Amino acid sequence: MPRTVRTVESAARTEPLAWTRKHLLGLEDLSRAELLHALDTATGFKSVSTRSIKKVPALRGKVVVNLFFEDSTRTRMSFALAAQRLSADVLEFSKSASSVNKGETLIDTARNIEAMGVDIMVIRHAAAGAPLMLARSVKCAVVNAGDGQHEHPTQGLLDLFTMREIKGHIEGLTVAIVGDIAHSRVARSNIHGLRTLGARVIVVGPNTLIPTQIEKMGVEVSSDFDAVLPQCDVVNMLRVQFERIQSSQFPSVPEYHRLFGLHKERFKRAKKDVLILHPGPINRGLELDSAIADGPNSGILRQVSNGLAVRMGVLYLVNQAMLAESEI
Amino acid sequence: MTNILIQNGQVVDTVSLKLKKADVRVRDEKIVEVGPKLKPGGGDERVVDAKGLLVSPGLVDIHVHLREPGDEDEETVASGAAAALAGGFTDIACMPNTTPALDNEAAIEFVFRQAFRAKAARVWPVGAITKERAGKELAEYAQMVRGGAVAFSDDGAGIASAGVMAKALKYMQPFERTLIQHCEEPTLAGGVMHGGFHSTRLGLPGVPALAEELMIRRDIALVRSIGGRYHVAHISTKVGVERVREAKKEGLHVTTEVCPHHLLLTDEAVSTYDTNYKMSPPLRSPEHVAALFAGLKDGTIDCLVTDHAPHRPEEKEVEFLNAPFGIIGLECSLGLFAKALVHSGRLSWPAMLAKMTDGPRDVIGRPRVAVAVGQNADLTLIDPAREWTVDVSTFRSKSRNCPYDGWQLKGRPVMTILEGKIKFEL
Repeated sequence: MPRTVRTVESAARTEPLAWTRKHLLGLEDLSRAELLHALDTATGFKSVSTRSIKKVPALRGKVVVNLFFEDSTRTRMSFALAAQRLSADVLEFSKSASSVNKGETLIDTARNIEAMGVDIMVIRHAAAGAPLMLARSVKCAVVNAGDGQHEHPTQGLLDLFTMREIKGHIEGLTVAIVGDIAHSRVARSNIHGLRTLGARVIVVGPNTLIPTQIEKMGVEVSSDFDAVLPQCDVVNMLRVQFERIQSSQFPSVPEYHRLFGLHKERFKRAKKDVLILHPGPINRGLELDSAIADGPNSGILRQVSNGLAVRMGVLYLVNQAMLAESEI
Repeated sequence: MTNILIQNGQVVDTVSLKLKKADVRVRDEKIVEVGPKLKPGGGDERVVDAKGLLVSPGLVDIHVHLREPGDEDEETVASGAAAALAGGFTDIACMPNTTPALDNEAAIEFVFRQAFRAKAARVWPVGAITKERAGKELAEYAQMVRGGAVAFSDDGAGIASAGVMAKALKYMQPFERTLIQHCEEPTLAGGVMHGGFHSTRLGLPGVPALAEELMIRRDIALVRSIGGRYHVAHISTKVGVERVREAKKEGLHVTTEVCPHHLLLTDEAVSTYDTNYKMSPPLRSPEHVAALFAGLKDGTIDCLVTDHAPHRPEEKEVEFLNAPFGIIGLECSLGLFAKALVHSGRLSWPAMLAKMTDGPRDVIGRPRVAVAVGQNADLTLIDPAREWTVDVSTFRSKSRNCPYDGWQLKGRPVMTILEGKIKFEL
């Protein structure tokens, strides 16, 4: 495991309290203060997982529903566990077991579930914008757990959290995001969060998987991983999402591996203390060699445990915002 | 038959592009007198005080979807024709992408019959270029022309095959009808919004401007080689406008039209994921919008149209990715175009109205109408100063998919006269 260094950036150093959002739909709109506040809140919750009784009463009597319209294992489990550790009741909804297959619309499904007395909806959906649409149609809080190719804000936050925890800061870091940028919501949330917190971001991938005008999001673009790698403090390797690539965007898996895979030969070019992240699940041997994924520079398992703290923090914050709203 | 005397109005001349103060007397279906200070004729003559109003030839919208047959809960010929009157239109042309498609003489005649029963605006059916709009076999042009089809289009999709388009242009020539193309190269399409920075940011698949440009380029090359009358539907791109401009200079019979949303909105509007901003072609980036304005000013763009595309609320109230394309606009397009063109100082009222009267009539081969003695009394009275708020709940259209709800507009049709009868009065 990488060494943890003291954190120098925190919301407490900028302004006292900075969270009034009932919904977390993406990182694009979050200010620096809000991002840091979310990270600091997660830090506060991290120790809960190390206690003998892994539970706090912050969301006691609240109901959190996991509305997953798309397959997911780790994000769903992470949200469920986060809600349980905050003492909330958790409802699980999955597409296959639902009436969505019977032609019910997302809004109808959500309103029906809300009528059962739900406080927070966590939604994963294949269509970009579905969480925003949901937030417009229900009264409860909405947390985006990944919408199409748009955003995955809690993944973005847990990546930021892990970088800050290990590197001590975000500002000034050089971070490469490598792989299928076009279809990646993780990439978009990372870019927004990292740019707002002052990191340099380079997106690397085959030109066919770099979406048009992405440089306007404040990133540099490269298709030469070998040239970029030595500059990086952090490398976030994206999963090649075969299921999202509808037509052939690169000629073959071996060619992809040669150009954009992080393998032992290429890894020699990296800084000694480079931090390797991956949102999972890993296609081992395709984008990332096992020796690196399991090696001393990997922060991948740390990402998973931090994900829990980050999601506890997010559920706590949106609930607080909802309470504040109802007091007005 | 009611006779009408329209007093104190400003008569719109769409040729000289001037306004002239004159009274207009209508008897039966015809304009019988135009001149200063006409005296009321008494009897049953209705005297309309048009002080401050424009007296324009009846407006025409040649790009409307009426959904009948097949989707009568979204729109019918009758509801669409009534909405047209309320928008100041005496004539509309309806696209053939119904279910089944208007690809044969009986279907064309069905639309005429429904329009006759509706007794609202005139409806001119556009026939399909290919059978079932499948883009493969030519439809029966001769028979559809006999049935009254004024133009031909597979709108909703372009003719993907250059070979089929070449055959259509060639076979159509003796019938002297315009082919209206929805220009979108299908292998570059498949997106749900303009392909650019905002599609990247929003994680939505984009349609690049190139998809439109390529088909326009290809079709102009075909027209150059084969001849024929060719019209680019709902133009939305910078290079598209440039190619049409060049084709006109070359002397080719190439025309085009533009919709209000491509002038008043940009792709940034999709940030809300509101499906009322989903249309095909998509809302473009500001550089394209600027090119459309330039094309309107220099005459490259001939017509203003709505692409009125009704959809059920259940169809539109879904995820952006899954919603159908299109919005409605018949009942607010005049105010929208005035906002985009007149109040912004880009065009005068007569110059704008020429693109809503003579321009579209030329494309569908209907004789032009002027406010002059002996002409058919097809007139639209417009209050150019009237301020009003768009309220979709008052629309005569059966559908409500309109992003302009709540917009403050200035300029509104207040009376629509068709063949000497007042068919709409605000």
